[in-house]
Amino acid sequence: MTKLLSIRLVAILVGLGFAVVALYSFVVGAYAAITEEAPAHLPYEEPRDIAYSFDGPFGKWDVQQLQRGFKVYNEVCSACHSLKFVAFRDLEQIGYDEGQVKAFAASKQVPGIDPNTGEATTRPGLPTDYFPSPYPNNVAAAAANNNAIPPDLSLMTKARHDGTNYVASLLMGYQEPSAELLAEHPEAAPAPGLHHNPYFPNLNLAMAPPLTTAGQVTFDDGTEATIEQMATDVAAFLTWTAEPTLVKRKQTGWPVLIFLLFATVLAYFSKKQIWAATKRKAA
Amino acid sequence: MSFPWAKEYTPTNPVMRFFDEKLPLPRLVYNAVGAGYPVPRNLSYFWNFGVLAGFFLVLQIVTGVVLAMHYAANAQVAFATTEHIMRDVNWGWMMRYAHANGASFFFIVVYLHIFRGFFYSSYKAPREMIWLLGVVIFLLMMATAFMGYVLPWGQMSFWGAKVITGLFGAIPLVGEPIQVWLLGGFAPDNAALNRFFSLHFLLPFVIAGVVILHIWALHIPGSSNPTGVEVKQESDTLPFHPYYTAKDGFGLGVALILYFALVFFLPNTLGHPDNYIEANPLSTPAHIVPEWYFWPFYAILRAFTVDFLFIPAKLMGVIAMFGSILIWFFLPWLDKSPVRSGHYRPMFRKFFWFGLIPAMAVLFYCGGAPAEEPFVMLSQIATAYYFLHFLVIIPIVSQIEKPEPLPYSITEAVLGSDDKAVLGKNAKTAA
Repeated sequence: MTKLLSIRLVAILVGLGFAVVALYSFVVGAYAAITEEAPAHLPYEEPRDIAYSFDGPFGKWDVQQLQRGFKVYNEVCSACHSLKFVAFRDLEQIGYDEGQVKAFAASKQVPGIDPNTGEATTRPGLPTDYFPSPYPNNVAAAAANNNAIPPDLSLMTKARHDGTNYVASLLMGYQEPSAELLAEHPEAAPAPGLHHNPYFPNLNLAMAPPLTTAGQVTFDDGTEATIEQMATDVAAFLTWTAEPTLVKRKQTGWPVLIFLLFATVLAYFSKKQIWAATKRKAA
Repeated sequence: MSFPWAKEYTPTNPVMRFFDEKLPLPRLVYNAVGAGYPVPRNLSYFWNFGVLAGFFLVLQIVTGVVLAMHYAANAQVAFATTEHIMRDVNWGWMMRYAHANGASFFFIVVYLHIFRGFFYSSYKAPREMIWLLGVVIFLLMMATAFMGYVLPWGQMSFWGAKVITGLFGAIPLVGEPIQVWLLGGFAPDNAALNRFFSLHFLLPFVIAGVVILHIWALHIPGSSNPTGVEVKQESDTLPFHPYYTAKDGFGLGVALILYFALVFFLPNTLGHPDNYIEANPLSTPAHIVPEWYFWPFYAILRAFTVDFLFIPAKLMGVIAMFGSILIWFFLPWLDKSPVRSGHYRPMFRKFFWFGLIPAMAVLFYCGGAPAEEPFVMLSQIATAYYFLHFLVIIPIVSQIEKPEPLPYSITEAVLGSDDKAVLGKNAKTAA
């Protein structure tokens, strides 16, 4: 008994000890919060909410849109950004036939080995090859881009909060910083070589506006290539590159959920029936 | 051991008779989760979560073994093999999402299981050993989940590993050598990734072993129940099968609907976008946060911001974080109230609903938020309450509280009076 009492006495002392130390940190922190000014956050904007065909539980790819987005990537983004987890063969999933994929792959030069000398060289791509990187290595990428390495785009829409909307908003968002912003946050003025964009967390990024004029890309399906159109289409394409199985995933989900719903209803009624006898009073 | 009225296993066909003589495995199952295990008849749906936790452990092992067939634990290729699983392995995306969200659901059901234990004082005699083994399982789960999150070798994998192994660096004098020894280097790299993978594969089987001990220990006194009144007579119990297999079957159905809704429609909601960026030791993420199930403990770690006398703040945070779980080991001896169930403990109940639950909610929220005000101050108050709750309030309340009157028996609690029991052959009436 005395032993148990002492265990609880020790516990009470230890508990008070933890509480005192935690509250000491609290008091010091509260004092600092009152006397010192908290570092101000730069006010960046949440991505715009754009409607896509693959949104929601019944979403499907818009193949035309993916092809348009692919064209924007190929003609604009691929100058600086790699797409290393996507193979040419994957393009068959967005509506290109085998011949088109072969021809497109062959139009790209990929790293290879000279069969006669064994020296590093390049060769035309095959459908099994992956999209080649525009730079031989990160040092070259940094040297060509004001020391900022253009990130790989394969997973970009999954690697940012609200990624698809973020990519589209960012591409459409380049603008001059407003006078109010500069008055309140002088540090938000873009440094040389940086560009203002309210959707980028610290408001200034090294990437120059990539989509500058309507008609920069000519779409095969005749859609007018406004900046908004190009930005939303390439964001859709990058959603596909980030998760090619997105639509298959949603389509698999429905039969699974319908089966489980049915099984759970059955389980509920069998539980009710089995338990019925136990709720009855004796006659 | 079991109650004297437990049904005995009687094999009905020669094959089962053969088995029962040579290796009584069917008998073991029958007595563990079959008709041979009498269970209190009044268990609520809060008693489903043990079975559900067992289900998710098996699910994690099955999906994990399949993923390990396609994954390579090498810092050069780990991120790429994860993407290979997502893109090129048949149904690989489903296996990976099932495994990642399976970890989340494992923690959800285990947290509900633990909080059921807190409210109904399931840790009290004669069930101390079940509780102690349960805390061991929880600690092993945390280690396993932490190491599993490192394997995809994304930014949060790398920086999470760096922060958590860095905690060992807070140990005075020997901290840094220990940290280097644990990592196999000065920062997380190939050596760390390899040993984390090895341990991540091993520990689930250790958990399975401790789970067997947990269930074994459970079968000595039998399950607790919402009244906290011990089983007195046959009419207080029902055989596990078919009654609780049916009830758990329905609970499992509901859990699976929620789980697969997440796997198929919102598989990345509980994850962090930064983990889709490959690990880069030269670029620190703006906010390093662990997976959601660690947030309350992460908030306790970060609540200690100022050195106190001779104790560095970081060391205090580390002690508090580990201590916040280790104190659970002492609960059976801190709570001396003779009454188990919170339903009959007015003071305990108020501290549970208006103290512990809000404190845990604040810690959870602040652990996921950036380390800024007001989140740090909120988590400091909640941390102080958390330790006061378990180490000061529970011992004192259990001493001074006047419990409400208990029902005489489980049967009386369910049916109004003892005579109304249908199933009891040996039922005695309340004296």
